Amino acid sequence: MVALPSQNGLVITSEQIALLERLSNACGVSGYEDEVREIVLNQIRPYVDEIKIDTLGNVLAIRNAKINNPLRVMLDAHMDEVGFMIVEEENDGFFRFETVGGIDERLLIAKPVWVGKQHVPGIIGYLPVHLFEEKDKRNTISIQDLRIDLGQGGAKLVKPGDWATFATSFQIVGQSLRGKALDNRLGVATVIELVKVAPRNIELLVAFTVQEEIGLRGARVAAYGLNPDLAIVMDSTPAYDLPLWDGSENEVYNTRLDHGAAIYVVDGVTVSDPRLVRFLIQIANELKISFQIRQPGGGGTDAGSIHQQKTGIPSVSISVPGRYAHTGVMLARLSDWECVMRLVYAGLERINREVF
Amino acid sequence: MKELIARLVEAIAPSGYENDVRNLIKKEIQEYSDDTHIDALGNLIVRKGCRTGKGKRVMLIAHMDEIGVIATHIDDNGFVRFSNLGVVRPYYSLGERVVFTNGLRGTIGHERMENRNHVPPFEKQYIDVGANNRLDCPIHVGDVAVFDQSFRDLGERMVSKSMDDRVGVAILINVLKKLQNTPNEIFYVFSVREEMGHSGAVTSAFGIDPEIGISIDVTSTGDTPKGLKMEIGLGKGPTIKISDSGMISDPRLVRVMINTAEESEIPHQLEVLGAGTTDAKSIQISRAGVPVSGISIPCRYVHSPSEMVDINDIRNAVTLLLALLRKPFEIQ
Repeated sequence: MVALPSQNGLVITSEQIALLERLSNACGVSGYEDEVREIVLNQIRPYVDEIKIDTLGNVLAIRNAKINNPLRVMLDAHMDEVGFMIVEEENDGFFRFETVGGIDERLLIAKPVWVGKQHVPGIIGYLPVHLFEEKDKRNTISIQDLRIDLGQGGAKLVKPGDWATFATSFQIVGQSLRGKALDNRLGVATVIELVKVAPRNIELLVAFTVQEEIGLRGARVAAYGLNPDLAIVMDSTPAYDLPLWDGSENEVYNTRLDHGAAIYVVDGVTVSDPRLVRFLIQIANELKISFQIRQPGGGGTDAGSIHQQKTGIPSVSISVPGRYAHTGVMLARLSDWECVMRLVYAGLERINREVF
Repeated sequence: MKELIARLVEAIAPSGYENDVRNLIKKEIQEYSDDTHIDALGNLIVRKGCRTGKGKRVMLIAHMDEIGVIATHIDDNGFVRFSNLGVVRPYYSLGERVVFTNGLRGTIGHERMENRNHVPPFEKQYIDVGANNRLDCPIHVGDVAVFDQSFRDLGERMVSKSMDDRVGVAILINVLKKLQNTPNEIFYVFSVREEMGHSGAVTSAFGIDPEIGISIDVTSTGDTPKGLKMEIGLGKGPTIKISDSGMISDPRLVRVMINTAEESEIPHQLEVLGAGTTDAKSIQISRAGVPVSGISIPCRYVHSPSEMVDINDIRNAVTLLLALLRKPFEIQ
């Protein structure tokens, strides 16, 4: 397995990659994050002083500081992934379904899926309710005309209300990570690691949240409950960095692979606290950690909910860039993940009240 | 008043980066404040007075931030692609000058238009700061800028960028300085991020937990050629807000405000705004709810680089607020 050497801070080890693999393969569609939650609980329990699961299913934990009057720093990562929900059985073994979260609906047909706790394998197929004419072949098939095909054996094990995910198994290919739900299992894996090694000059409050993909819902409640002094949100963000075929410059890439940790200045729901952004950029420059500014506008992270809770919580988001977000498989780079890990760790070491 | 407005509008303070204006306000209000607090998101909160008799805890809010643009990409030749911060229209940004928070200036150009009758969207516009290439360009992705337009005094009328909502800020400063006797405990909130989702109002209202909330912002007018169909016009008085696109004011509070204006013979208008809202809408649903309304300054060309207001409306807004705050709010 790959272990990248680095000057200071953390190194991505084979242990961490194995954890990421388990997290990526685990199924946790919004509202049904059980499998991921189990892994998180087992991983962090030995390292925290308090731990609980709140009413919505968020995992909230506290790791005390070793100093008096410490800064209370919240780390957040959402556990849920986008997926599907079974609506109704039609005929034998065909199930109507809906999407959960913002799935790219152009990319559904012929995708293998796992349904429900037993991970029953199925395929998304289309019902030829009409003969496709030439012009229709160019249009996206509406989800109304798609069905999950489980065959008769599988159908017996599945009922309306069951969730489903893309059936992708995690893989490392060279320097790249390939798997479903790397948005946001990368964030979850990062926060788990930081909990284990976090410096003791701060009170570390962690939230592994639910239901981010359907409206940043878990984070709202988690932040209200923890009420930290500031929040750092770990997520994953799309990289639309493929070259344009006409040779012109791609100017709307959002983020780029191999360009390091993506720091958010403004997205669709949050203006990051400029002091926190400046703080992170200073550290990155000082320690020569690669970073990029995620192109402003659009999208959102748990910070959208967090910064508005109670009397306000200064927040910033940092993401690992990934291609093909919200599809069956995301592609990310080990080196970008390592940059995020190192940058946030250094941030936790150095954060103090003077930043504000 | 004009001089204060002129200073406030020329500050550079897009949503999230309100420092310039906050510092200006702090200097103005320092000696009048009982308690000054800057909260976690940067709202400047000035508390004055305490509740006596039938007085209430009143929250007055005007936002410090203005709309702007943010750099999204620096291309190989040093041109700066941008996106909007808050509601900016592509037909207003075309050909405008901008100034970044670090003081650097530029102008907005656009790609060659196939059809000159269509306004190019932001994707086809860019900021030119005069750089030769990316390495030479002093602007980076994430840098923020506002329209670069100065204050102009036209007599009764004035025009500038960011009258929305520096006039509100100026009004609150004046009320703070002039209000002598009041049974109310008043929080003057100079809020952040109104143009980007009202998170300043949400969090400051939670902290203050007021019994009454009034926003001081701008409203559109119906007095320009073939414009919006609205009763409101420049110079006919500040408005008392009945409703806007984000909220319906508490009718009891509106009644009190109208009665006060009529008794004190203060020119005023009644506001029903179809397009646009204020911080008051967030105060209204804070915690267990708050009765709210607004006093708005009629403003032509809202969210353009040249917003026009009438000085008399602004002065009358101060007078109306003083008349309101001097007495208890009798709303049951």
